[in-house]
Amino acid sequence: MKTVCLVAIGAVPEQVLEWVESAATEWCPWPVRRLPGRSLPEGAFDAKRGQYQSVEIMKAVASCRPEDAERILGVTEVDLAIPTLTFVYGQAQLDGPAAVISLCRLRQEFYGLPADESLLHERVTKEVLHELGHTFGLTHCAETKCAMSLATHIGLVDNKEERYCARCGRQLVKKFTSPDGESL
Amino acid sequence: MKKIWPILVVDDEDVMSESMAAWLREDGYRVDTALSGQQALELAKAMNYAICFVDLKMPGGMDGIETMMELRRIRPEASIIIITAYATVDTAIQAMKEGAQEYIVKPCHPQEISMLVSRILKLKKLQSENVILRKKISRQYRHRDIITKNTRMEEILSLTKDIASLRSTVLICSESGTGKELIARAIHYSGARAEKPFVSVSCAALTETLLESELFGYEKGSFTGAEGQTKGKFELADGGTVFLDEIGDISPKLQADLLRVLQERRFYRVGGTDEVSIDVRVIAATNKNLAEEVKAGRFRDDLYYRLNVIEIRIPPLRERREDIPLLVEHFVERIASELGKDISSISAGALKTLIDYDWPGNVRELENVIERAIVTSHNGTLVEADFAWLNQRNHPDQNWVVPDIPLAELERKAIIAVLERKGGNVREAAASLGIDRSTLYDKLKRYDISH
Repeated sequence: MKTVCLVAIGAVPEQVLEWVESAATEWCPWPVRRLPGRSLPEGAFDAKRGQYQSVEIMKAVASCRPEDAERILGVTEVDLAIPTLTFVYGQAQLDGPAAVISLCRLRQEFYGLPADESLLHERVTKEVLHELGHTFGLTHCAETKCAMSLATHIGLVDNKEERYCARCGRQLVKKFTSPDGESL
Repeated sequence: MKKIWPILVVDDEDVMSESMAAWLREDGYRVDTALSGQQALELAKAMNYAICFVDLKMPGGMDGIETMMELRRIRPEASIIIITAYATVDTAIQAMKEGAQEYIVKPCHPQEISMLVSRILKLKKLQSENVILRKKISRQYRHRDIITKNTRMEEILSLTKDIASLRSTVLICSESGTGKELIARAIHYSGARAEKPFVSVSCAALTETLLESELFGYEKGSFTGAEGQTKGKFELADGGTVFLDEIGDISPKLQADLLRVLQERRFYRVGGTDEVSIDVRVIAATNKNLAEEVKAGRFRDDLYYRLNVIEIRIPPLRERREDIPLLVEHFVERIASELGKDISSISAGALKTLIDYDWPGNVRELENVIERAIVTSHNGTLVEADFAWLNQRNHPDQNWVVPDIPLAELERKAIIAVLERKGGNVREAAASLGIDRSTLYDKLKRYDISH
């Protein structure tokens, strides 16, 4: 039986994992299963930048994927970056099995504002949809309300809706139902 | 379908090039990575990359600048973006000097990369569209695309070539539909101005004030709705050609303004106080007899002489009937392929109908008539029946108002018209008129008609 697995990398609040699980359950055709949490991989921290290397975290996520897991989604609290970019909200293997999202910059506290649970919930859902979409081969969408649109600052994340646009939605369904792809 | 632009990322650090590639792939680009300058050059030989990101510091072998210079040699059209961790002005300046389009200092904000890439690609898209359009335009207006074997037309074409590289004003006079704009474009696209814009303005289509702002542009707030400074056609055509069609219809005020532009090559925008200088060639056209308009006091004589430096008179189609078969063949081929119809020929009878018709609307009318016939025809060949409606329209018995003139004058006009239609062939004209050839000769002599 095919599944989608979730894994916390480092400490992640239970509430957030529930949100991630519920978002993944709504959009994926397979049951969603939670794996035991993993600690942050050694050597992933870039002391000069005070951030974690997204690529290393991705490797850690991919390495704990069980055989039956079609997709594995990692969730972490730490701030992620890649060498050329100052930060990323998440990263995915395009048309591949693994993805990761970071909660750090989705929290209002990061911007010096009071915590906002419901806003965090919305942002987490959007990021889950976005990174999962990439693992199913979707690229960035020009429709700014679509979860697949590119967000380079938090305002653009908030501008999105918690859904795919019609075109991306159709592409996803096609992917799920294609004979050589992941059938339902 | 959306074009997928290929991008190359060159960096000796695997994690660096792969993470950058993954980011760009999510944006829908096709991304290759190279771990050395040498590998980058191999890849670039096989793929026409739109953008190459090149890391400045690559230890051993070729460094970033060397790689960039070689890439530029292999792919001069690729945009190179230098990636550097050292934000020193010197390296950036050197990179830009050697031809890098941009440089980024890592780590940079994601928005910077996205905006940079989309800005470069937008420019590339415009550039490639521009190249395609320019090719299309110059193909469309080459001299050999003006179809003729008429001596007068050939003289005109040779004249247009001779005057193509001059800046002298040209006045094209002829009936509607004879191809005034086509001749104007032929002059523009075969001269030194071909790479610059050809801007066409129909003076009859606009009111005086609109035409004024259309030609000279306007400043913000110079009239209701003038929201920002806008360039006029003269400014837009700078370095190129402005084609002023229906010049005989412009108001006395605009005649004065235009005269000033032609004399001084300078003007003011509507509501503006700064003078604008331009280098523009003016080609004007009219279907009116401008000399008559001058005599009647409706057109300034000084402007007329300014415009009429080189005059071209295009003969109406009925005076170049020998071109009709050529034009028909050209239009049938082009319109059938545009409409996706399998029509490749025309019957001799149908062609004769077209040759005999008077074509008051000239070549444009001929083109429209062929298009109508092709749309309604169901055969592979256009036949006389496809043009039957044309003959009804042209039949002298229908809607023909007999002018109030002496009978002899009527006879004279009839003979001239038939002779013209028969291309000066007296035998055919006599047959059409139902008289003997010798009788026709007598009448030609009596009415002093030369043929």
